[in-house]
Amino acid sequence: MSEAHMFVAIPPRPAPRRIRGTAGWLRKNLFSDWPNSIATILLLMLFAWYVPQFVNWAVISAVARPDVEACRAAAHAGACWGVVAEKYRIILFGRYPYAQQWRPLVAVLLLLSLVGLSTLPRMWRWTLLPLWLLGMTVFVALMGGGIAGLVPVPTSLWGGLPLTVLLSVGGMTLAFPLAILVAMGRRSALPVVRTLCTLYVELIRGVPLISVLFMASFMLPLFLPQGVKLDVLIRVLVGIGLFTAAYMAEIVRGGLQAVPRGQAEAARALGLGYWKTHALVLLPQALQAVLPSLVNSFIGTFKDCSLVTIVSLYELTGALSLALGGDVVWRPFFLEGYFFVAFIYWIFCFGMSRYSVRLEHRLARGLRRN
Amino acid sequence: MSIIEFDKVNKWFGQHHVLRDISMQVEAGEQVVICGPSGSGKSTLIRLVNRLESHEEGQLTVDGIVIDDNAKSIEAVRRKVGMVFQQFNLFPHLSVLENLTLAPVWVNGIAQKEAEAQAMQQLERVHIAEQAHKYPLQLSGGQQQRVAIARALCLAPRILLFDEPTSALDPEMIKEVLDVIAELATQGITILCVTHEMGFARSVADRVIFMDEGQIVEQAAPEAFFDNPQSPRLKEFLSKIL
Repeated sequence: MSEAHMFVAIPPRPAPRRIRGTAGWLRKNLFSDWPNSIATILLLMLFAWYVPQFVNWAVISAVARPDVEACRAAAHAGACWGVVAEKYRIILFGRYPYAQQWRPLVAVLLLLSLVGLSTLPRMWRWTLLPLWLLGMTVFVALMGGGIAGLVPVPTSLWGGLPLTVLLSVGGMTLAFPLAILVAMGRRSALPVVRTLCTLYVELIRGVPLISVLFMASFMLPLFLPQGVKLDVLIRVLVGIGLFTAAYMAEIVRGGLQAVPRGQAEAARALGLGYWKTHALVLLPQALQAVLPSLVNSFIGTFKDCSLVTIVSLYELTGALSLALGGDVVWRPFFLEGYFFVAFIYWIFCFGMSRYSVRLEHRLARGLRRN
Repeated sequence: MSIIEFDKVNKWFGQHHVLRDISMQVEAGEQVVICGPSGSGKSTLIRLVNRLESHEEGQLTVDGIVIDDNAKSIEAVRRKVGMVFQQFNLFPHLSVLENLTLAPVWVNGIAQKEAEAQAMQQLERVHIAEQAHKYPLQLSGGQQQRVAIARALCLAPRILLFDEPTSALDPEMIKEVLDVIAELATQGITILCVTHEMGFARSVADRVIFMDEGQIVEQAAPEAFFDNPQSPRLKEFLSKIL
């Protein structure tokens, strides 16, 4: 027998490295190769440098009491949360009369519970509409007063969180149906409708929100007939609604474009007309496809509402400048105030984002193959 | 009077003349198979019947209704004509049952409960009742197409149009769909079916129509059509596909 035909076992391979357990997880996720390891170490050093500093500033050396002397003594080495404790009523409710501030509190809680209720799928039926009408009526009555023994409060004094929530919820409620109509209009077979909708979108998208608000607030009254007065809040609300709708319309149109042509044909062949085809077949699929973009747009609108400050409506951000701008004593601690306001914004936006994830899962039900 | 009457019907897509002087009749209860090379206008022909496409010249009458731009007559004709598509076109966001009850509830105004009972009957008819609560994408292609047939049947149509119902199916699923169509054919519904399944045409059709370049070139009962084709173009077509 020659050498070549002799059986020679290959040397055993080393056992595979442990990939389970803490050590295995660390190796796989943080130290899998050189660049990864370097990035991990750099980031850890960064954390080690900043986190203790931040914790020291925000918690350990922070002053929580509304005590200016103590805040000054901390000399910005520790956060002065006292400014929030001192000013939170103005930040949350703006110029609303101090003694009456339970009213905006109840009103905003009412509005938020309505929003919360509307997010539950089992509430999605026609009863939601009268519920909203009732809720909005109570909201306006509470805020505006003038009935049931409540002192009248003009809308120019409404402010803070209730105003932010009202403007964004109201703006989105106006914008959403309008956006759907405009999106359908841009795909219409009728040239007049198509042109008008395109004009609308291009016109509104071409200008910044600030100028829309400015026009709604200062120019619109000039065009209204004599004696007709439209409250500034309503004008601004309509402005925000029109502005948001133009962006949203393009998102919805994108969604409609993505629905295969056969869907509309099948609906028409079954005898469904234009509106029913859209309501029952095309829009459910289109909106589901663009849900992430829609939520993006909603979050954007929520934050864009801070721009109404320029027409002297003091929503959350505006109320903060109101609270600190005129106060020499507390003004140095504006950073903490912004932290507070940013935190409120973050809670709302994060909530919306989480909800959209849940909604996506629910809506994707029929589109999963299993 | 025939249930479908084409009289010198012409259609253009832009400059392209897709249907040329089509004249033909289909009798109530007749099963007609239309075949021909791709681009011959056969799909367009049947899509005229329920006005998914419109013709520019000539007259088309379906069950006594003259087909034109009148919205009322389009609505009326769509109640009488069901359609099954190559790509099934089921609504993916609705369950099988909801796909079937959509038109009865929203077009005919039937109560949901009653529509569901009728839908279940139609699902039994295509042997797929046990899938009623699934979603379309959870079914195989053959099952989806049978659901699509049941959906078309839910409006109790007098005429069923099939636009290449098996062309998008895997080979092993073609038979289950053709068997269902063959069953329907024995039940008195008028059927217009565009297909390349010549075995099906031979066994089920009363008449086979051959189209080429927007014209009806030849039509005959299946035996004569397959065994004794007259025109050179049909002979050539048959030699390619049989």
